Amino acid sequence: MNVWIAIAVTAVGCYLVKYLGLSAPAGVLERPLVKRLAALLPVALLAALTAQQTFSDGRHLMLDAKAAGVAAAALALVLRAPFLLVVGVAVIVTAGVRALGG
Amino acid sequence: MAEQTQIRPPGGAAEPPAASAKPDSAVIRDALGVGVAVGLSGFAFGVTSAGAGLSLLQTCALSLLVFTGASQLALVGALAAGGNPLTAAAAALFLGARNAFYGLRLSAVLGYRATAKPFAAHWVIDETSAVALAQPDRRTARLGFTVTGLTLYVLWNLTTLVGALGAGALGDTDAWGLDAAGPAVFLALLAPKLTTTVERLTAGLAVVLVMVTLPLLPTGVPVLISALAAPAVLLAQGRRERTRETDGTERPGTGPDDTAPQDGSAQIRRTTGEDRA
Repeated sequence: MNVWIAIAVTAVGCYLVKYLGLSAPAGVLERPLVKRLAALLPVALLAALTAQQTFSDGRHLMLDAKAAGVAAAALALVLRAPFLLVVGVAVIVTAGVRALGG
Repeated sequence: MAEQTQIRPPGGAAEPPAASAKPDSAVIRDALGVGVAVGLSGFAFGVTSAGAGLSLLQTCALSLLVFTGASQLALVGALAAGGNPLTAAAAALFLGARNAFYGLRLSAVLGYRATAKPFAAHWVIDETSAVALAQPDRRTARLGFTVTGLTLYVLWNLTTLVGALGAGALGDTDAWGLDAAGPAVFLALLAPKLTTTVERLTAGLAVVLVMVTLPLLPTGVPVLISALAAPAVLLAQGRRERTRETDGTERPGTGPDDTAPQDGSAQIRRTTGEDRA
């Protein structure tokens, strides 16, 4: 039930945010600070989510094969690999390290 | 899916704006290129969501109804960790907030009637915005928006279904390393945004905040705390720039409104930063 509540809130909220932008009179959200904050907020959240999902199970800090996989993904990104390849590398390296007992 | 800003419409962005008479076939090719490439990554979401313990119906409902990839992955990750549903939804909504700014810019370009906007709104995401805003006029912008939106929506939902079914067949998804797909997607979305010191500082501070608070606070809350890195860095940057400009006559008790720097270089950064939103 909790999961459905979260899905409903996210679905309604994300839709409203999209609709708000498309329907708001120009100028409402055009203040420079608001725009800069909106550009920077995803940077903070994506960085935090990457770190949290790599180095924890959501409750405790831990280091396992995932860290090797995400490190490999980072290397792939530096080498300008396409999106799907980056994700694929992370999965394969993680599975490989885990299979070797990491 | 939706948050992949490094995928550019091939040709579309590179063409000079003077080329006003862009053939429909070129617009459709751009749109399909983006839609197919990103649409396929719905597979990663389907697998991650199923691996996180969501049912097939829940996984598909997210792709059908939320349709903005980073938010969907953030929600699923938070729920998998046992987070409170509202805390989990809050992180997803924070990530989705940038779509409002795409909508603002698209509104002027697409010029849809008020009755059409509720339908168009669902497709206002990174890719549709990137393609539509790269077109030379309203007609091609509408075409690009519609083709990208339709392609992505259909593929993203199909690959979500396939991914969720596939994860069920695989059994223990962790053994296959599929739990690394989520953070890898986030990292791939983050990397192209780390262009200036401001972005890098924000990302670094966010990581520190989440790692420090993770053992201390309830599940899901640390990610919300990390969002504070964005206003903190902006505030610090605004202070520094104003101190430099006014040569020490910094006003005390500055409110958040005062942090927007006024010099030309900041203006350029602001403009480009907005494009990467």
